[in-house]
Amino acid sequence: MARVAAVTGNEAVAEALRQINPDVCAAYPITPQTELMQRFSSFVSNGKVDTEIILVESEHSAMSACVGAAAAGGRVATATCGPGLALMWEMLYVASGMRLPIVMAVVNRSLSAPLNIHGDHSDAMGARDSGWIQLWSENVQEAYDNTIQAFRIAEHLDIRLPAMVCMDGFIISHSIARIDYLEDDPVKNFVAEYKPVHPLLDLDNPKSFGPLILTDKYHEYKRAQHEVMTRVKDVVLAVAAEFEKMSGRKYELFETYRLDDAEIGLVILNSAAGTAKDVVDSFRERGVKAGLLKPRLFRPFPYEEYAQALKDLKAVAVLDRADSFGGYGPVFMEVCSALYPLAKRPVAINKIYGLGGRDFLPQHAAEVFTELEAIARTGRVKITKEYIGVRE
Amino acid sequence: MAVQINLKELSKKEILLSPGHRLCAGCSAPIIAKMVLLAAADYPVVANSPTGCLEVSTCISEYTAWKVPWIHTAFENAGATLSGVETMYRAWKKKGKIDKDVKFIAIGGDGGTYDIGLQSLSGAMERGHDLLYVCYDNGAYMNTGIQRSSATPLGADTTTSPAGTAIPGKVQKRKDLTRIMAAHNIPYTAQASPSHWSDFFKKVKKALEIKGPKFINVISPCNRGWRSRLDDAIQLSRLAVQTCYWPLYEVVEGVTKVTYKPREKKPIEEFLKVQGRFKHLFTPENEWIIKKFQEDIDQEWERLLKEESRDS
Amino acid sequence: MSAQGWRDLTPGAVVLDAGNAREVKTGTWRTLSKPVLKEENCSNCMLCWLFCPDMAVIVKDGKMVGFDYDYCKGCGICAFECPGKKGQKAIVMEEEKK
Repeated sequence: MARVAAVTGNEAVAEALRQINPDVCAAYPITPQTELMQRFSSFVSNGKVDTEIILVESEHSAMSACVGAAAAGGRVATATCGPGLALMWEMLYVASGMRLPIVMAVVNRSLSAPLNIHGDHSDAMGARDSGWIQLWSENVQEAYDNTIQAFRIAEHLDIRLPAMVCMDGFIISHSIARIDYLEDDPVKNFVAEYKPVHPLLDLDNPKSFGPLILTDKYHEYKRAQHEVMTRVKDVVLAVAAEFEKMSGRKYELFETYRLDDAEIGLVILNSAAGTAKDVVDSFRERGVKAGLLKPRLFRPFPYEEYAQALKDLKAVAVLDRADSFGGYGPVFMEVCSALYPLAKRPVAINKIYGLGGRDFLPQHAAEVFTELEAIARTGRVKITKEYIGVRE
Repeated sequence: MAVQINLKELSKKEILLSPGHRLCAGCSAPIIAKMVLLAAADYPVVANSPTGCLEVSTCISEYTAWKVPWIHTAFENAGATLSGVETMYRAWKKKGKIDKDVKFIAIGGDGGTYDIGLQSLSGAMERGHDLLYVCYDNGAYMNTGIQRSSATPLGADTTTSPAGTAIPGKVQKRKDLTRIMAAHNIPYTAQASPSHWSDFFKKVKKALEIKGPKFINVISPCNRGWRSRLDDAIQLSRLAVQTCYWPLYEVVEGVTKVTYKPREKKPIEEFLKVQGRFKHLFTPENEWIIKKFQEDIDQEWERLLKEESRDS
Repeated sequence: MSAQGWRDLTPGAVVLDAGNAREVKTGTWRTLSKPVLKEENCSNCMLCWLFCPDMAVIVKDGKMVGFDYDYCKGCGICAFECPGKKGQKAIVMEEEKK
């Protein structure tokens, strides 16, 4: 039976971690993630979990300790955000290169300078090439559900890759919302007992982790890593199907909202998608065929499925809460790559919004839809990439 | 009391570091690693190395010289990596999934220990993980080609502190990492040398019997970087001890004990003159550096002896 | 070994064969000279065994019996450190013709 509660995103993910009961968590405090690990630490202190917690002296050490613990043979979790994720950078690649299924909550935060503690996607988007699976979450419920599913996906024997679960800093991490919690036992059964592969602590079979591999084989190792990524999509869907059976909640590679017959559409991640859905409704009420696509699995990126979902639009706007300075926004680049093979494809534009926690308001989505209406009518694009919600 | 190490008996044990590693001829790092593994032979060991000469040369292209479980993840994080492994061991131990008394040992060079890995090491020590960190200190970034580190001695000619006409080699003295580690108030800190192998073995054995974080700093001559002979690594480590450049001592639960006192302290020139990296010091304009070097050593040796008498 | 394709690699580059560096015959690096045992001067002190950086000193039942030239890189530490007997070294470096 589900338990209904009103909790913050941080609380919800901490609760998921309590239910999963990992062997080891290593973490370092950073706003707005701090509350998550604080709550989890209280579970440790009060004997609610068996987890050994390592309160390290930096995020680099947090990920290093996670890598050590995961290589040793443990189910391992951590959480961070923004500059903390940036400091982990080197070790993200080590975790994926060693094929260690660490699960990390990323409470999306901007990157310095200037210093800013609020939510945008610069952190996780910057880490998109690191070989981690990325699941993105619109709200508290999705952050909780994705965390539980992330363990199954990451630890799947065909995959064995680390996964990050992203939710918007403050907007979700610190806002109280309604959630349906699962009971402990079904969650425990769902994630099941962890089976390590080649654990370092298997003393009878000594092995070496982390060799120097030069030009003779490095390329092959990376090719193998790419291959694993190609299998993730199917596992994500299979895990989602099982999760639906348990929870009644349906997850896919992305969520579409009134997109089937749409002529204009937005692609937008995380919490802002919730805001934009209301605007879709208001445009629909006016007879405008508006729709929306909210990415869930961003790494690996399911190109064919995006092409299929967006192919009938006349115009699409991809909204990015991160910039790739001197390039287009990261989601836009992927969506365009997905659309490129189509003979007939929608016109695509890119809007950068909400950096450093700047509010994304319904009027912003409305303005973009209005612009898309004009593009759909005329086929003319004024500007491909543009900041919105910015003071001139 | 002191256990005598019988080499004949010891030589019947399997060395858990295989030949075929790619460290330079005459390198002292594998000698140190081998001594650590032999001294720890009574226990199952899990080893860890940060990036460095020992690491790249012992596990390369799918060939590993390690016969114990071993892990390398990066350069600056041996303390944190081994913290994770050791913590996972405790998680399994608590659940009854492992019953052996496993020893966790990191072996890293001075670059990965004094410099880039210091924060991670300090964190691991402060958190009290049950592990032994052994630093093989060759006094520079030898793996990348002999760049100065904070362990490089005063005056040394390195590729980034070259002895030039304006600057005569490294102008700073070395960081005293052993004292920094002792200042963590961990149960065991020591300095050792492969030349004084019996002392070294005893220190490793003693450290492994103590629960909690331990640190041993070991002098590790490098013929490439020190520009010395291929065959004098052990002799140089001996001279380092005899000149008191590298005093042998330990700090057990805050109590300092000098474990070897040379009957006669040799002048530092004897250590310096056989190394090409100090050749430029033996000129009239640079003599002052040798003088300063000697003064620093004398001062530090006196301080150490005072510390010992304070504690005894 | 380099012929191995990407499908045949151990996931995560974990090396499963502990001590397989033994397959790499680093003795080929030796360029100048090699150590030679003069048994009559050997007291089996085992210092050569202890100090050899390449685990190339062969010891059987507490007796030093020779060198494994497959791995000896010819550094000469063993000869340098050998105390020998009555001022005579038990290990000498001899020039090697290749």
